[in-house]
Amino acid sequence: MINATLLELSSALQGKRVSSVELTRMFVQRAQRTNDRLNAFITLDPDKSLAQAAAADARIASGEGTTLTGIPIAHKDIFCTRSWRTTCGSRMLANFVAPYDAFVIERFNAAGAVILGKTNMDEFAMGSSNESSFFGPVRNPWDLRAVSGGSSGGSACAVAARVSPAATGTDTGGSIRQPAALCGISGLKPTYGVVSRYGMVAYASSLDQGGPIARSAGDLALLLNVMAGFDARDSTSLERPSEDYGRDLERPLKGLRLGLPREYFSEGLDNDVAAAVQEALAQLRKQGCELVEISLPKTKLAIPVYYVLAPAEASSNLARYDGVRYGYRAAEYSDLRDMYGKTRAQGFGAEVKRRILVGTYVLSHGYYDAYYLQAQRLRRLIAEDFSRAFQQCDIIAGPTTPSVAFDLGEKSADPVQMYLADIYTIAVNLAGLPGLSIPCGFGAKGRPVGLQLIGNYFREAQMLNVAHQYQRVTDWHQRMPAEPE
Amino acid sequence: MDWEVVIGLETHAQLSTVSKIFSGAPTAFGAAPNTQACGIDIALPGVLPVANRGAVERAIRFGLAVGATVHSHSVFARKNYFYPDLPKGYQISQYEAPIVTGGSIQISVGDTSKAIRLTRAHLEEDAGKSLHEDFHGMSGIDLNRAGTPLLEIVSEPDMRSAEEAVAYAKALHALVRWIDICDGNMQEGSFRCDANVSVRPRGRERLGTRCEIKNLNSFRFLERAIEYEARRQIEILEDGGHIAQETRLYDPDRDETRPMRTKEDAQDYRYFPDPDLLPLEVDEAWRQAVAASLPELPQSKRERYMRDYGLSLYDASVLTAGREVAALFDTLVEALPQQPKLCANWVMGEIAGRLNREGSDFTQLPVPASALAGLLLRVADGTLSGKLAKEVFDAIWTGAGSADEIIEARGLRQISDAGALDPLVDAVIQAHPAQVAEYRAGKEKAFNFLVGQAMKVSKGKANPAQLSEILKRKLAS
Repeated sequence: MINATLLELSSALQGKRVSSVELTRMFVQRAQRTNDRLNAFITLDPDKSLAQAAAADARIASGEGTTLTGIPIAHKDIFCTRSWRTTCGSRMLANFVAPYDAFVIERFNAAGAVILGKTNMDEFAMGSSNESSFFGPVRNPWDLRAVSGGSSGGSACAVAARVSPAATGTDTGGSIRQPAALCGISGLKPTYGVVSRYGMVAYASSLDQGGPIARSAGDLALLLNVMAGFDARDSTSLERPSEDYGRDLERPLKGLRLGLPREYFSEGLDNDVAAAVQEALAQLRKQGCELVEISLPKTKLAIPVYYVLAPAEASSNLARYDGVRYGYRAAEYSDLRDMYGKTRAQGFGAEVKRRILVGTYVLSHGYYDAYYLQAQRLRRLIAEDFSRAFQQCDIIAGPTTPSVAFDLGEKSADPVQMYLADIYTIAVNLAGLPGLSIPCGFGAKGRPVGLQLIGNYFREAQMLNVAHQYQRVTDWHQRMPAEPE
Repeated sequence: MDWEVVIGLETHAQLSTVSKIFSGAPTAFGAAPNTQACGIDIALPGVLPVANRGAVERAIRFGLAVGATVHSHSVFARKNYFYPDLPKGYQISQYEAPIVTGGSIQISVGDTSKAIRLTRAHLEEDAGKSLHEDFHGMSGIDLNRAGTPLLEIVSEPDMRSAEEAVAYAKALHALVRWIDICDGNMQEGSFRCDANVSVRPRGRERLGTRCEIKNLNSFRFLERAIEYEARRQIEILEDGGHIAQETRLYDPDRDETRPMRTKEDAQDYRYFPDPDLLPLEVDEAWRQAVAASLPELPQSKRERYMRDYGLSLYDASVLTAGREVAALFDTLVEALPQQPKLCANWVMGEIAGRLNREGSDFTQLPVPASALAGLLLRVADGTLSGKLAKEVFDAIWTGAGSADEIIEARGLRQISDAGALDPLVDAVIQAHPAQVAEYRAGKEKAFNFLVGQAMKVSKGKANPAQLSEILKRKLAS
């Protein structure tokens, strides 16, 4: 059961071979057993989960179940959930219980899915290793000395460790794709605007997107079908005809052009990662893909552009955490200013503070033009890089990360080193394009390697097609780490 | 040294939408604290703003009404600062690309008319309220007001006296009520003016250092504050000092302005376009639809009154001070198209006076305009005059019925018939030989006395014109 796909679980539930209560209990127990070692979850609440499971069983019994009814799903602790706390991995919201559900949660609830728990994450989604969480780091289930990646580290870890059949995450600079790659599983960031951000706590508004994390392309499609859709409560949500993201899974790959950016295969890329990715590309060529060399000349600019724009938006989005209305408030203070200062000094971790400072700086008088405005101009140029590339290919392919998972603590001394590792994922968010990562082998120390696919706007179905076809003839996505002791 | 005062006004008008500019919470005034602030208004994690179409439409109405440019593309921007009544830690406003630029408002001071140019008008959300009394060393925050839509209207520094500033504020106030975008209730804070005041030697082109004056919640305060501030600045300059650019509060009890204990002077608000909102698009179709829905504006109405009815600028201005008084006048003139001046006199005289005495205004007429039209018809056709007309007016006002019903019930028809008046006049002449002699000797006043007596005898019903004519004739012979 722990290795079953969502369709298999659904079939078992509908066929009454297992009940949602039994299934949920099994996963909850796995989560509880492993959390000391993995720390994938910030909040588990078996009573709540089982109550939902019981309701799902009743729904299935009355013949009104859908594909996801009764299936437990873990949610990144950035999605507001009524009656479960939503901490964003931060002391600032450690006691916060939202009075409403995020759009994504509403959708899963409507489908009858069960909330398995709220997963650990880098604080306020700022990070690439899940080491900045107030609730402690998440460990990579393939190697407990390694990071899980971030910021959706808890979700990726839970799915990889078979503690949850599927999970949700968010991706602002790679926070779904990178942990998926480092944990050897599949994750997808949709085109900007496809998944409503209502109830998804904002980090960088023009870059954030919610997306699914699972163990196969087919599962990602099922999850995306539930998560995607227009929401009038999010002004950046797109109104488009609804689609079945799994409709093209079985399409043959013949003639599909995969673009390989030369900038993604040059210095900075570790050999073990390069080797696994090249083998995957060779496999795809065998399956009919045409490999085309392309160039994304502005690749190097993506990091400074992102690290100006995202912190700028974050510095403003996080201004509401001031101890006045909800969340953490310093225990002692002398006046208003002191209350603000102490609350935010104590409530936020170092990485969050770093980004707020950078963001405030680049927006401030005298620097706005040179930094923020300039970064916005460059952002457009980066997007144009991709537009040009998509004239020569259908999908861009390459490594998700330059190296396999690093050790816990290895990069914490130098934040910039951490930032540089986002090189392949970050431009995708700047352009608003969809991106996904699937496992394609193992590298140094037996740690997983991810293959990234970048599609043109709204081409999620096409990307899932490539991923699914690859997964039909390989088994990387079925490999399972040893149980943590 | 001949000094000139230069004034510009910044006005915040609360737009009369039912719900807030970025959320569906209600905007109604007077609710218990924090009962009209939803998740979006209190800036919970994960909430997002959604623009209120009605607020945008009211901004378009305003732009069209003042002859401004209504931009087809404008941008919401975040104005970042920390304060407990600003839940998000930023205010959603407009900065580099406001929805309206340009335009002007006509004012008249005495007999002179002048156009005050507008720089811009933009949409933004109001903050909540901070209350410092009653909380014993703490402050109470009421977020009901947070998110209420505001139109910030900025004038060019075109005003040259406190009088002009008040005239502008009043004209603007009347206009926003006229086009139904704001209820203009200054007590409730729906219409707030800040004045930017500076002085310079007359003839110099360069503007002096200005101070911004806040807390002006009546036209009276506005006038006094500007006068005080101008005097203050002139005194400093004449003593050889410099004006510090600062924000000052007007203290009505002491009739003076004082520097405000500000959060921070010269705040850097780090404006940037709000990534949660799309740029505001106003297409031609929308603009035209709004234009078509605008009523005749006060300016054109004034001009029409002067042109078609021969009314003076002053009278026309009084009659267009508000939509309701103009509507009343229009109804009356429609019933009496040959008597615009009569209608004007009654509206500005008896009716306005009565409303004033009752502490009321033209929005609260106790009887329909048609009832008053009925009265004026009887005045115009000679049935009623002077005191009688007033008596009937009083009766109509207090709900006794229509003019005709009252005239009938009280037998108040004016006596114009010579047959009835003749003997009456004879009787008066007989009764007052002394005054008759005085008149014949040249004393005009005696005539008035005799008229008065005749009116008394007729119980006020004699047609005064007829009466005078008959009396004169008889006295001459």
